[in-house]
Amino acid sequence: LRKNVEDFTGPRERSDLGFITFDITADILNEKSYLKAFGNKNSIFDWNVKQLFLYLSAEYSTKNNALNQVVLWDKIMLRGDNPRLFLKDMKSKYFFFDDGNGLKGNRNITLTLSWNVVPNAGILPLVTGSGHVSVPFPDTYETTKSY
Amino acid sequence: QPPRSGPAMLSLDFLDDVRRMNKRQLYYQVLNFGMIVSSALMIWKGLMVVTGSESPIVVVLSGSMEPAFHRGDLLFLTNRIEDPIRVGEIVVFRIEGREIPIVHRVLKIHEKHNGDIKFLTKGDNNAVDDRGLYKRGQHWLEKKDVVGRARGFVPYIGIVTILMNDYPKFKYAVLFLLGLFVLVHRE
Repeated sequence: LRKNVEDFTGPRERSDLGFITFDITADILNEKSYLKAFGNKNSIFDWNVKQLFLYLSAEYSTKNNALNQVVLWDKIMLRGDNPRLFLKDMKSKYFFFDDGNGLKGNRNITLTLSWNVVPNAGILPLVTGSGHVSVPFPDTYETTKSY
Repeated sequence: QPPRSGPAMLSLDFLDDVRRMNKRQLYYQVLNFGMIVSSALMIWKGLMVVTGSESPIVVVLSGSMEPAFHRGDLLFLTNRIEDPIRVGEIVVFRIEGREIPIVHRVLKIHEKHNGDIKFLTKGDNNAVDDRGLYKRGQHWLEKKDVVGRARGFVPYIGIVTILMNDYPKFKYAVLFLLGLFVLVHRE
């Protein structure tokens, strides 16, 4: 599971707004961490899996808040869809607003891909993919770049 | 003995049975019925304690979480304080002043060092987040708004409660039949 990102921040009103572009390469079908937890040898899409709700979340701490998590992008992967993702130059689906100005100069934003397994009937587990990427935000604001 | 001839005779037999039941049997059946209702209530209260949620089982009423959940699906909730609220989780929450709880997914959280948390939600099937649904001036949800977190689900079964809500005649018919069955059933 690999992600590459570039980033810059822009101020909006009073809160920091971060812009991240990313690539996602994921092989959900054979995601080892999930298989270890659920003992399924063959496929994450077994008879009782209706869909996966995938989401890329950014996690970081700031002066104001000990823990912040923001979902940048999500996707519904239905049973039968291609379980391998090759996404390049994706822009975040949702605005990455901080609660305050904690993105400026923040060196450690961790991006993780996780998913919610939705069964035909039964338990709804949340699984975190193995592999995550740390992204630093620069110390200055961008004022001219358009997004 | 007069010959029996099908459904006409059967219905008379049925009425005879009811008349033959003397008062003691009737009280017995009523007590039986009361016991069933009490046991059901106890199970429900027990579930409330175990899950920590005031409403451990809810029925999905709208299509805003499709294709994961559809109208009529049943959700099983827990609301344990030790479980932190994290993005990606499916929460059932109430907006102040509204009676009907909403089932959506957590999109953003900001948690302070002392554990206070504020979060934003969005339905999978909605194009925008839920800020438009919150109370006027309210931008975030807090722990106190949460009824529970969805941990498991069963499809379709909740349709019965939706039907009973939308068509009161259906509800009365179901209750009437249930009552009749319990009173007449010989055990």
